[in-house]
Amino acid sequence: MLIKRKETWQESENSVTGETAYLNRRTVLAGAAAIGAAVAAPSVFAQRDRVLGPLAARPTDYRSTESLTPEAAVTQYNNYYEFGTGKGDPYENAWRLQPKPWSVTVDGLVDKPGTYALEDLVDFNALEDRIYRLRCVEAWSMVVPWIGVSLASVLKKIEPQSGAKYVRFETLADREQMPGLRWPVLDWPYTEGLRIDEAMNDLTLLAVGLYGKEIPNQNGAPLRLVVPWKYGFKSIKSIVRISLTDKQPGTSWNISAPREYGFYSNVNPEVDHPRWSQRRERRIGEFGRRETQKFNGYGEMVADLYAGMDLRANY
Amino acid sequence: MTNFSVSANDLRRFGKPLVFALMMVPALWLAWNWWQAFQYLPNDLGFNPQETSNRFTGDWALRFLLLSLAITPLSKTIRSSKPILFRRMIGLFAFFYVCLHITSYVWLDMLFDWSELWADVLKRIYITVGFSAFLLLIPLAVTSTKGWIKRLGARSWQGLHKAVYLAGVLAVVHFIMMRKGFQIEPLIYAGILLLLLGFRLRSVLGRRAPQRT
Repeated sequence: MLIKRKETWQESENSVTGETAYLNRRTVLAGAAAIGAAVAAPSVFAQRDRVLGPLAARPTDYRSTESLTPEAAVTQYNNYYEFGTGKGDPYENAWRLQPKPWSVTVDGLVDKPGTYALEDLVDFNALEDRIYRLRCVEAWSMVVPWIGVSLASVLKKIEPQSGAKYVRFETLADREQMPGLRWPVLDWPYTEGLRIDEAMNDLTLLAVGLYGKEIPNQNGAPLRLVVPWKYGFKSIKSIVRISLTDKQPGTSWNISAPREYGFYSNVNPEVDHPRWSQRRERRIGEFGRRETQKFNGYGEMVADLYAGMDLRANY
Repeated sequence: MTNFSVSANDLRRFGKPLVFALMMVPALWLAWNWWQAFQYLPNDLGFNPQETSNRFTGDWALRFLLLSLAITPLSKTIRSSKPILFRRMIGLFAFFYVCLHITSYVWLDMLFDWSELWADVLKRIYITVGFSAFLLLIPLAVTSTKGWIKRLGARSWQGLHKAVYLAGVLAVVHFIMMRKGFQIEPLIYAGILLLLLGFRLRSVLGRRAPQRT
Protein backbone atom coordinates (compact mmCIF):
# COMPACT_ATOMS: atom_id res chain seq x y z
CA MET A 1 0.00 0.00 0.00
CA LEU A 2 1.43 3.31 -1.03
CA ILE A 3 1.27 6.18 1.35
CA LYS A 4 -0.18 8.97 -0.76
CA ARG A 5 2.09 11.72 0.26
CA LYS A 6 2.62 14.43 -2.31
CA GLU A 7 6.33 14.65 -3.01
CA THR A 8 8.02 17.54 -4.74
CA TRP A 9 8.98 15.31 -7.63
CA GLN A 10 5.47 14.06 -8.12
CA GLU A 11 3.13 15.58 -10.59
CA SER A 12 -0.59 15.96 -10.44
CA GLU A 13 -2.61 13.38 -12.32
CA ASN A 14 -3.87 15.81 -14.92
CA SER A 15 -0.43 16.96 -15.96
CA VAL A 16 0.63 13.62 -17.33
CA THR A 17 0.11 12.21 -20.78
CA GLY A 18 -3.38 10.77 -20.97
CA GLU A 19 -3.58 7.05 -20.46
CA THR A 20 -5.45 6.44 -23.71
CA ALA A 21 -2.71 8.18 -25.61
CA TYR A 22 -0.13 6.08 -23.82
CA LEU A 23 -2.08 2.87 -24.41
CA ASN A 24 -2.74 3.70 -28.04
CA ARG A 25 0.92 4.26 -28.50
CA ARG A 26 1.49 0.85 -27.05
CA THR A 27 -1.03 -0.73 -29.40
CA VAL A 28 0.62 0.91 -32.36
CA LEU A 29 3.98 -0.37 -31.17
CA ALA A 30 2.68 -3.88 -30.62
CA GLY A 31 1.14 -3.83 -34.07
CA ALA A 32 4.36 -2.63 -35.61
CA ALA A 33 6.28 -5.30 -33.74
CA ALA A 34 3.93 -7.98 -35.03
CA ILE A 35 4.33 -6.78 -38.60
CA GLY A 36 8.06 -6.67 -38.10
CA ALA A 37 8.03 -10.26 -36.88
CA ALA A 38 5.90 -11.36 -39.82
CA VAL A 39 8.15 -9.89 -42.47
CA ALA A 40 11.43 -10.79 -40.79
CA ALA A 41 13.11 -13.36 -42.97
CA PRO A 42 14.97 -16.17 -41.24
CA SER A 43 18.62 -15.21 -41.03
CA VAL A 44 21.65 -15.51 -38.84
CA PHE A 45 20.30 -12.45 -37.10
CA ALA A 46 16.99 -14.13 -36.38
CA GLN A 47 17.42 -13.61 -32.66
CA ARG A 48 18.08 -9.94 -33.20
CA ASP A 49 14.44 -9.60 -34.05
CA ARG A 50 13.26 -10.82 -30.68
CA VAL A 51 9.69 -9.57 -30.48
CA LEU A 52 9.10 -7.78 -27.22
CA GLY A 53 5.61 -8.63 -26.06
CA PRO A 54 3.45 -5.91 -24.53
CA LEU A 55 3.19 -5.87 -20.75
CA ALA A 56 0.11 -4.70 -18.90
CA ALA A 57 0.93 -2.62 -15.85
CA ARG A 58 -1.05 -0.40 -13.57
CA PRO A 59 -0.18 3.27 -13.32
CA THR A 60 1.41 4.46 -10.08
CA ASP A 61 2.35 7.75 -8.50
CA TYR A 62 5.88 7.37 -9.74
CA ARG A 63 5.50 9.68 -12.68
CA SER A 64 7.26 12.66 -14.07
CA THR A 65 6.46 15.63 -16.26
CA GLU A 66 10.01 15.61 -17.49
CA SER A 67 9.96 14.37 -21.03
CA LEU A 68 10.89 10.74 -21.42
CA THR A 69 14.21 9.95 -23.02
CA PRO A 70 13.38 8.58 -26.48
CA GLU A 71 13.09 4.81 -26.59
CA ALA A 72 15.82 4.59 -29.23
CA ALA A 73 18.28 6.26 -26.86
CA VAL A 74 17.24 4.13 -23.89
CA THR A 75 17.72 0.94 -25.88
CA GLN A 76 20.77 1.85 -27.97
CA TYR A 77 22.98 3.81 -25.59
CA ASN A 78 23.87 1.42 -22.81
CA ASN A 79 26.57 0.40 -20.42
CA TYR A 80 26.48 -3.38 -20.23
CA TYR A 81 30.10 -4.48 -20.33
CA GLU A 82 29.23 -8.17 -20.69
CA PHE A 83 28.34 -7.22 -24.25
CA GLY A 84 31.24 -4.82 -24.86
CA THR A 85 32.49 -1.54 -23.45
CA GLY A 86 31.21 0.72 -26.25
CA LYS A 87 27.88 2.43 -25.69
CA GLY A 88 26.45 0.83 -28.84
CA ASP A 89 27.91 -2.63 -28.17
CA PRO A 90 25.06 -3.94 -25.99
CA TYR A 91 22.52 -3.05 -28.69
CA GLU A 92 24.70 -4.81 -31.25
CA ASN A 93 25.56 -7.91 -29.25
CA ALA A 94 22.82 -8.55 -26.71
CA TRP A 95 20.72 -10.59 -29.16
CA ARG A 96 22.83 -13.55 -28.03
CA LEU A 97 21.24 -13.45 -24.61
CA GLN A 98 18.43 -15.93 -24.06
CA PRO A 99 16.10 -14.44 -21.47
CA LYS A 100 13.48 -17.19 -21.72
CA PRO A 101 13.18 -19.37 -19.78
CA TRP A 102 14.91 -17.69 -16.86
CA SER A 103 15.47 -18.78 -13.31
CA VAL A 104 16.90 -17.05 -10.30
CA THR A 105 18.75 -18.78 -7.49
CA VAL A 106 17.80 -17.52 -4.05
CA ASP A 107 20.11 -18.39 -1.18
CA GLY A 108 21.70 -17.18 2.01
CA LEU A 109 19.73 -16.03 5.02
CA VAL A 110 16.23 -16.73 3.70
CA ASP A 111 13.51 -19.12 4.80
CA LYS A 112 12.53 -19.98 1.24
CA PRO A 113 15.77 -20.64 -0.65
CA GLY A 114 15.78 -22.39 -3.99
CA THR A 115 15.78 -21.87 -7.71
CA TYR A 116 12.77 -19.91 -8.82
CA ALA A 117 11.34 -19.53 -12.27
CA LEU A 118 11.13 -15.80 -13.05
CA GLU A 119 7.32 -16.01 -13.12
CA ASP A 120 7.29 -17.46 -9.60
CA LEU A 121 9.39 -14.65 -8.24
CA VAL A 122 7.74 -11.72 -10.00
CA ASP A 123 3.96 -11.43 -10.02
CA PHE A 124 3.25 -10.49 -13.63
CA ASN A 125 -0.33 -9.61 -12.65
CA ALA A 126 0.87 -6.90 -10.29
CA LEU A 127 3.23 -5.00 -12.59
CA GLU A 128 3.56 -1.26 -12.09
CA ASP A 129 4.42 1.59 -14.44
CA ARG A 130 7.12 3.72 -12.89
CA ILE A 131 8.93 6.62 -14.49
CA TYR A 132 12.35 7.19 -12.93
CA ARG A 133 15.32 9.37 -13.62
CA LEU A 134 18.48 7.37 -14.26
CA ARG A 135 21.76 9.05 -13.41
CA CYS A 136 24.89 7.32 -14.69
CA VAL A 137 28.14 7.75 -12.77
CA GLU A 138 29.58 9.03 -16.07
CA ALA A 139 27.51 12.22 -15.66
CA TRP A 140 24.73 11.57 -18.15
CA SER A 141 21.10 10.89 -17.36
CA MET A 142 17.82 9.68 -18.81
CA VAL A 143 14.14 9.52 -17.86
CA VAL A 144 12.91 5.96 -18.26
CA PRO A 145 9.42 4.41 -18.08
CA TRP A 146 10.05 1.08 -16.37
CA ILE A 147 7.62 -1.73 -15.67
CA GLY A 148 8.17 -3.96 -12.68
CA VAL A 149 7.44 -4.78 -9.08
CA SER A 150 9.00 -3.45 -5.92
CA LEU A 151 11.98 -5.48 -4.73
CA ALA A 152 10.25 -5.57 -1.34
CA SER A 153 7.39 -7.61 -2.81
CA VAL A 154 9.86 -10.21 -4.04
CA LEU A 155 11.86 -10.26 -0.82
CA LYS A 156 8.66 -10.93 1.12
CA LYS A 157 8.16 -14.08 -0.95
CA ILE A 158 11.58 -15.49 -0.14
CA GLU A 159 11.29 -14.50 3.53
CA PRO A 160 14.58 -13.00 4.70
CA GLN A 161 15.69 -14.12 8.15
CA SER A 162 16.14 -11.61 10.93
CA GLY A 163 19.92 -11.81 10.61
CA ALA A 164 19.85 -10.70 6.98
CA LYS A 165 21.43 -7.26 6.69
CA TYR A 166 22.30 -7.05 3.00
CA VAL A 167 21.08 -8.27 -0.37
CA ARG A 168 23.59 -9.40 -2.93
CA PHE A 169 22.75 -9.68 -6.63
CA GLU A 170 24.60 -11.45 -9.38
CA THR A 171 24.41 -11.08 -13.17
CA LEU A 172 24.55 -13.99 -15.59
CA ALA A 173 28.11 -14.75 -16.71
CA ASP A 174 27.92 -17.03 -19.72
CA ARG A 175 30.61 -16.72 -22.39
CA GLU A 176 28.34 -18.25 -25.00
CA GLN A 177 25.82 -15.48 -24.60
CA MET A 178 28.07 -12.62 -23.51
CA PRO A 179 31.05 -11.91 -25.77
CA GLY A 180 32.35 -9.17 -23.46
CA LEU A 181 33.31 -11.75 -20.84
CA ARG A 182 36.39 -12.59 -22.91
CA TRP A 183 37.98 -9.44 -21.54
CA PRO A 184 38.78 -9.04 -17.86
CA VAL A 185 37.25 -5.57 -17.70
CA LEU A 186 35.75 -6.50 -14.34
CA ASP A 187 35.92 -9.57 -12.16
CA TRP A 188 32.97 -11.50 -13.63
CA PRO A 189 30.26 -12.25 -12.74
CA TYR A 190 29.03 -8.73 -12.12
CA THR A 191 27.76 -8.37 -8.57
CA GLU A 192 25.94 -5.63 -6.72
CA GLY A 193 24.47 -5.16 -3.29
CA LEU A 194 22.10 -3.12 -1.16
CA ARG A 195 21.60 -2.70 2.54
CA ILE A 196 18.36 -4.43 3.55
CA ASP A 197 16.57 -1.15 4.34
CA GLU A 198 17.57 0.23 0.93
CA ALA A 199 16.29 -2.95 -0.65
CA MET A 200 12.97 -2.69 1.21
CA ASN A 201 12.43 0.96 0.24
CA ASP A 202 9.41 1.26 -2.01
CA LEU A 203 11.42 3.08 -4.69
CA THR A 204 13.62 0.05 -5.26
CA LEU A 205 12.26 -1.70 -8.32
CA LEU A 206 12.81 -5.02 -10.02
CA ALA A 207 12.09 -4.22 -13.65
CA VAL A 208 10.89 -6.69 -16.28
CA GLY A 209 9.64 -4.13 -18.78
CA LEU A 210 10.47 -0.89 -20.49
CA TYR A 211 8.34 1.47 -22.55
CA GLY A 212 5.21 -0.70 -22.28
CA LYS A 213 6.92 -3.88 -23.42
CA GLU A 214 9.16 -6.63 -22.15
CA ILE A 215 12.59 -5.31 -21.34
CA PRO A 216 15.09 -5.61 -24.23
CA ASN A 217 18.18 -7.76 -23.70
CA GLN A 218 20.58 -4.83 -23.74
CA ASN A 219 18.66 -3.18 -20.90
CA GLY A 220 19.05 -6.22 -18.67
CA ALA A 221 16.42 -8.76 -19.70
CA PRO A 222 14.60 -10.40 -18.25
CA LEU A 223 15.07 -9.08 -14.71
CA ARG A 224 17.03 -6.08 -13.52
CA LEU A 225 17.25 -3.87 -10.51
CA VAL A 226 16.42 -0.15 -10.65
CA VAL A 227 17.62 1.99 -7.75
CA PRO A 228 16.91 5.51 -8.97
CA TRP A 229 18.71 7.43 -6.21
CA LYS A 230 21.98 5.64 -6.85
CA TYR A 231 24.34 5.76 -9.81
CA GLY A 232 23.23 3.54 -12.66
CA PHE A 233 25.80 0.80 -12.14
CA LYS A 234 24.05 -0.18 -8.90
CA SER A 235 21.03 -1.18 -10.99
CA ILE A 236 22.36 -4.61 -11.87
CA LYS A 237 21.09 -6.34 -15.00
CA SER A 238 20.02 -9.88 -15.98
CA ILE A 239 19.93 -11.13 -12.39
CA VAL A 240 20.50 -14.86 -11.84
CA ARG A 241 21.14 -14.91 -8.11
CA ILE A 242 19.77 -13.08 -5.10
CA SER A 243 21.46 -13.78 -1.77
CA LEU A 244 20.69 -12.43 1.67
CA THR A 245 23.79 -11.94 3.79
CA ASP A 246 24.82 -10.62 7.18
CA LYS A 247 27.97 -8.97 5.82
CA GLN A 248 28.31 -6.20 3.27
CA PRO A 249 28.82 -8.01 -0.03
CA GLY A 250 31.60 -7.15 -2.44
CA THR A 251 30.37 -5.27 -5.50
CA SER A 252 32.08 -5.35 -8.88
CA TRP A 253 32.97 -1.70 -9.36
CA ASN A 254 33.95 -1.27 -5.74
CA ILE A 255 36.33 -4.22 -6.05
CA SER A 256 37.69 -2.89 -9.35
CA ALA A 257 38.34 0.67 -8.13
CA PRO A 258 37.45 1.15 -4.45
CA ARG A 259 38.55 4.79 -4.45
CA GLU A 260 36.16 5.63 -7.30
CA TYR A 261 33.08 3.52 -6.60
CA GLY A 262 31.79 3.05 -3.09
CA PHE A 263 29.27 0.52 -1.85
CA TYR A 264 26.59 3.17 -1.43
CA SER A 265 27.15 5.19 -4.62
CA ASN A 266 24.23 7.50 -3.93
CA VAL A 267 23.87 10.26 -6.49
CA ASN A 268 25.53 13.23 -4.82
CA PRO A 269 26.62 16.43 -6.55
CA GLU A 270 28.76 17.33 -3.54
CA VAL A 271 30.97 14.27 -3.76
CA ASP A 272 33.01 14.13 -6.95
CA HIS A 273 34.19 11.03 -8.69
CA PRO A 274 38.00 11.28 -8.42
CA ARG A 275 38.23 11.71 -12.18
CA TRP A 276 35.32 14.00 -12.86
CA SER A 277 32.85 16.34 -11.22
CA GLN A 278 29.39 15.04 -10.33
CA ARG A 279 27.87 18.51 -10.01
CA ARG A 280 26.24 18.45 -13.41
CA GLU A 281 24.91 15.92 -15.83
CA ARG A 282 23.95 15.73 -19.46
CA ARG A 283 20.39 14.65 -20.00
CA ILE A 284 20.61 12.55 -23.14
CA GLY A 285 19.02 14.59 -25.93
CA GLU A 286 19.93 17.97 -24.42
CA PHE A 287 22.86 20.08 -25.51
CA GLY A 288 23.90 21.66 -22.22
CA ARG A 289 24.30 20.26 -18.75
CA ARG A 290 21.86 20.45 -15.87
CA GLU A 291 22.51 20.50 -12.16
CA THR A 292 22.60 17.08 -10.56
CA GLN A 293 20.22 16.67 -7.63
CA LYS A 294 21.19 15.01 -4.39
CA PHE A 295 19.83 11.44 -4.30
CA ASN A 296 18.89 12.15 -7.92
CA GLY A 297 15.92 14.14 -6.61
CA TYR A 298 14.49 11.30 -4.49
CA GLY A 299 15.80 12.61 -1.19
CA GLU A 300 12.35 12.86 0.40
CA MET A 301 11.97 9.12 0.16
CA VAL A 302 15.48 7.98 0.92
CA ALA A 303 17.50 10.61 2.78
CA ASP A 304 16.34 9.11 6.11
CA LEU A 305 18.17 5.90 5.28
CA TYR A 306 21.44 7.74 5.68
CA ALA A 307 20.66 9.91 8.69
CA GLY A 308 23.81 10.53 10.69
CA MET A 309 26.07 9.01 8.06
CA ASP A 310 28.97 10.90 6.55
CA LEU A 311 28.12 10.70 2.86
CA ARG A 312 31.62 11.82 1.92
CA ALA A 313 33.17 8.85 3.69
CA ASN A 314 30.35 6.52 2.62
CA TYR A 315 30.35 7.44 -1.05
CA MET B 1 65.61 1.53 -53.16
CA THR B 2 64.99 0.37 -56.67
CA ASN B 3 61.36 -0.54 -56.18
CA PHE B 4 60.68 2.92 -54.81
CA SER B 5 60.22 4.55 -58.16
CA VAL B 6 58.22 7.61 -57.10
CA SER B 7 60.49 10.63 -57.09
CA ALA B 8 60.72 12.95 -54.10
CA ASN B 9 59.40 15.71 -56.35
CA ASP B 10 56.31 13.74 -57.23
CA LEU B 11 55.77 13.04 -53.56
CA ARG B 12 56.00 16.74 -52.82
CA ARG B 13 53.68 17.70 -55.65
CA PHE B 14 51.05 14.93 -55.43
CA GLY B 15 51.77 12.85 -52.37
CA LYS B 16 51.58 15.65 -49.85
CA PRO B 17 48.25 17.10 -51.03
CA LEU B 18 46.85 13.57 -51.04
CA VAL B 19 48.00 12.84 -47.50
CA PHE B 20 46.77 16.26 -46.43
CA ALA B 21 43.32 15.55 -47.86
CA LEU B 22 43.20 12.13 -46.23
CA MET B 23 44.11 13.51 -42.84
CA MET B 24 41.40 16.13 -43.14
CA VAL B 25 38.70 13.48 -43.58
CA PRO B 26 37.99 12.84 -39.86
CA ALA B 27 37.79 16.57 -39.15
CA LEU B 28 35.46 17.17 -42.09
CA TRP B 29 33.30 14.24 -41.05
CA LEU B 30 32.99 15.70 -37.57
CA ALA B 31 32.30 19.23 -38.79
CA TRP B 32 29.65 17.99 -41.22
CA ASN B 33 27.88 15.98 -38.53
CA TRP B 34 27.87 18.87 -36.06
CA TRP B 35 26.57 21.15 -38.79
CA GLN B 36 23.73 18.67 -39.25
CA ALA B 37 23.20 18.33 -35.50
CA PHE B 38 22.90 22.07 -34.97
CA GLN B 39 20.07 22.08 -37.48
CA TYR B 40 18.40 19.08 -35.85
CA LEU B 41 19.07 17.02 -38.95
CA PRO B 42 20.01 13.35 -38.89
CA ASN B 43 23.67 12.77 -38.06
CA ASP B 44 26.05 10.05 -36.98
CA LEU B 45 27.06 11.52 -33.63
CA GLY B 46 24.88 9.13 -31.63
CA PHE B 47 22.93 9.81 -28.47
CA ASN B 48 25.73 11.65 -26.69
CA PRO B 49 27.33 13.80 -29.39
CA GLN B 50 29.68 15.54 -26.97
CA GLU B 51 31.10 12.25 -25.77
CA THR B 52 31.38 11.08 -29.38
CA SER B 53 33.34 14.21 -30.37
CA ASN B 54 35.66 14.05 -27.39
CA ARG B 55 36.54 10.46 -28.12
CA PHE B 56 36.68 10.82 -31.88
CA THR B 57 39.06 13.80 -31.81
CA GLY B 58 41.14 12.20 -29.06
CA ASP B 59 41.43 8.94 -30.98
CA TRP B 60 42.62 10.71 -34.14
CA ALA B 61 45.02 12.98 -32.28
CA LEU B 62 46.65 9.93 -30.71
CA ARG B 63 46.70 7.97 -33.98
CA PHE B 64 48.39 10.79 -35.88
CA LEU B 65 50.81 11.39 -33.02
CA LEU B 66 51.86 7.74 -33.09
CA LEU B 67 52.00 7.84 -36.89
CA SER B 68 54.35 10.82 -36.76
CA LEU B 69 56.53 8.87 -34.33
CA ALA B 70 56.59 5.93 -36.72
CA ILE B 71 58.01 7.91 -39.65
CA THR B 72 61.67 7.90 -38.62
CA PRO B 73 61.70 4.16 -37.82
CA LEU B 74 59.95 3.52 -41.13
CA SER B 75 62.45 5.57 -43.04
CA LYS B 76 65.34 3.71 -41.40
CA THR B 77 63.76 0.35 -42.03
CA ILE B 78 63.23 0.92 -45.73
CA ARG B 79 66.49 2.91 -46.02
CA SER B 80 64.79 5.83 -47.71
CA SER B 81 64.39 9.39 -46.60
CA LYS B 82 61.13 9.76 -48.51
CA PRO B 83 58.78 9.15 -45.57
CA ILE B 84 60.48 12.08 -43.81
CA LEU B 85 58.80 14.36 -46.36
CA PHE B 86 55.53 13.70 -44.54
CA ARG B 87 56.73 13.83 -40.97
CA ARG B 88 56.12 17.49 -40.27
CA MET B 89 52.68 17.43 -41.86
CA ILE B 90 51.61 14.42 -39.85
CA GLY B 91 52.98 15.95 -36.65
CA LEU B 92 51.11 19.18 -37.30
CA PHE B 93 47.94 17.22 -38.01
CA ALA B 94 48.37 15.46 -34.68
CA PHE B 95 48.56 18.89 -33.05
CA PHE B 96 45.54 20.05 -35.06
CA TYR B 97 43.47 17.12 -33.75
CA VAL B 98 44.69 17.79 -30.22
CA CYS B 99 43.34 21.35 -30.67
CA LEU B 100 40.04 19.97 -31.95
CA HIS B 101 39.97 17.60 -28.97
CA ILE B 102 40.36 20.49 -26.56
CA THR B 103 37.84 22.58 -28.48
CA SER B 104 35.35 19.75 -28.26
CA TYR B 105 35.87 19.46 -24.53
CA VAL B 106 35.90 23.17 -23.74
CA TRP B 107 33.10 24.21 -26.06
CA LEU B 108 30.75 21.34 -26.83
CA ASP B 109 31.15 19.47 -23.56
CA MET B 110 31.83 22.12 -20.91
CA LEU B 111 30.22 25.09 -22.71
CA PHE B 112 33.05 27.43 -21.69
CA ASP B 113 32.45 26.95 -17.99
CA TRP B 114 35.92 28.25 -17.16
CA SER B 115 35.83 27.80 -13.39
CA GLU B 116 34.75 24.18 -13.76
CA LEU B 117 37.34 23.69 -16.50
CA TRP B 118 40.19 25.03 -14.45
CA ALA B 119 39.15 22.90 -11.48
CA ASP B 120 39.15 19.89 -13.80
CA VAL B 121 42.62 20.60 -15.15
CA LEU B 122 44.00 20.84 -11.61
CA LYS B 123 41.92 18.20 -9.85
CA ARG B 124 41.58 15.43 -12.41
CA ILE B 125 44.94 13.84 -12.95
CA TYR B 126 44.02 12.39 -16.33
CA ILE B 127 43.08 15.84 -17.59
CA THR B 128 46.24 17.31 -16.07
CA VAL B 129 48.24 14.67 -17.92
CA GLY B 130 46.41 15.27 -21.20
CA PHE B 131 46.74 19.03 -20.85
CA SER B 132 50.49 18.69 -20.21
CA ALA B 133 50.81 16.77 -23.46
CA PHE B 134 49.05 19.64 -25.23
CA LEU B 135 51.33 22.26 -23.65
CA LEU B 136 54.35 20.20 -24.62
CA LEU B 137 53.24 20.06 -28.24
CA ILE B 138 52.82 23.84 -28.59
CA PRO B 139 56.55 24.70 -28.87
CA LEU B 140 57.01 21.81 -31.26
CA ALA B 141 54.23 23.05 -33.51
CA VAL B 142 55.57 26.62 -33.36
CA THR B 143 59.13 25.62 -34.21
CA SER B 144 58.14 23.30 -37.00
CA THR B 145 59.10 25.77 -39.75
CA LYS B 146 62.34 25.87 -41.72
CA GLY B 147 63.09 29.27 -40.24
CA TRP B 148 62.98 27.89 -36.71
CA ILE B 149 65.23 24.96 -37.61
CA LYS B 150 67.82 27.48 -38.83
CA ARG B 151 67.38 29.74 -35.84
CA LEU B 152 67.78 26.92 -33.33
CA GLY B 153 70.34 24.95 -35.25
CA ALA B 154 69.58 21.44 -36.44
CA ARG B 155 71.02 19.78 -33.37
CA SER B 156 69.12 21.62 -30.66
CA TRP B 157 66.01 21.65 -32.85
CA GLN B 158 66.17 17.86 -32.99
CA GLY B 159 66.77 17.70 -29.27
CA LEU B 160 63.70 19.83 -28.65
CA HIS B 161 61.57 17.74 -30.92
CA LYS B 162 62.45 14.57 -29.01
CA ALA B 163 59.86 15.90 -26.56
CA VAL B 164 57.25 14.43 -28.87
CA TYR B 165 58.01 11.04 -27.31
CA LEU B 166 57.12 12.40 -23.90
CA ALA B 167 53.93 13.87 -25.37
CA GLY B 168 53.15 10.43 -26.78
CA VAL B 169 53.63 8.81 -23.38
CA LEU B 170 51.43 11.42 -21.68
CA ALA B 171 48.73 11.03 -24.33
CA VAL B 172 48.61 7.26 -23.93
CA VAL B 173 48.56 7.53 -20.13
CA HIS B 174 45.72 10.06 -20.46
CA PHE B 175 43.80 7.56 -22.59
CA ILE B 176 44.38 4.62 -20.24
CA MET B 177 43.32 6.71 -17.24
CA MET B 178 40.03 7.91 -18.69
CA ARG B 179 38.66 4.42 -19.26
CA LYS B 180 36.69 2.52 -16.64
CA GLY B 181 37.79 -0.95 -15.63
CA PHE B 182 40.52 -2.92 -17.39
CA GLN B 183 40.14 -2.20 -21.08
CA ILE B 184 42.12 -3.47 -24.04
CA GLU B 185 41.88 -0.59 -26.52
CA PRO B 186 44.13 1.92 -24.72
CA LEU B 187 46.64 -0.85 -24.12
CA ILE B 188 46.92 -1.45 -27.87
CA TYR B 189 47.99 2.17 -28.27
CA ALA B 190 50.39 1.71 -25.36
CA GLY B 191 51.86 -1.35 -27.08
CA ILE B 192 52.43 0.54 -30.32
CA LEU B 193 54.05 3.40 -28.44
CA LEU B 194 56.36 1.00 -26.56
CA LEU B 195 57.32 -0.60 -29.84
CA LEU B 196 58.24 2.79 -31.30
CA LEU B 197 60.12 3.79 -28.17
CA GLY B 198 61.96 0.47 -28.25
CA PHE B 199 62.99 1.08 -31.84
CA ARG B 200 64.24 4.50 -30.94
CA LEU B 201 66.16 3.23 -27.94
CA ARG B 202 67.80 0.55 -30.04
CA SER B 203 68.95 3.01 -32.65
CA VAL B 204 70.25 5.38 -29.94
CA LEU B 205 72.16 2.60 -28.21
CA GLY B 206 73.45 1.10 -31.43
CA ARG B 207 74.51 4.41 -32.94
CA ARG B 208 78.17 4.83 -33.71
CA ALA B 209 78.33 7.80 -36.02
CA PRO B 210 76.37 11.02 -35.31
CA GLN B 211 72.83 10.84 -36.61
CA ARG B 212 72.27 12.10 -40.13
CA THR B 213 68.55 12.77 -40.40
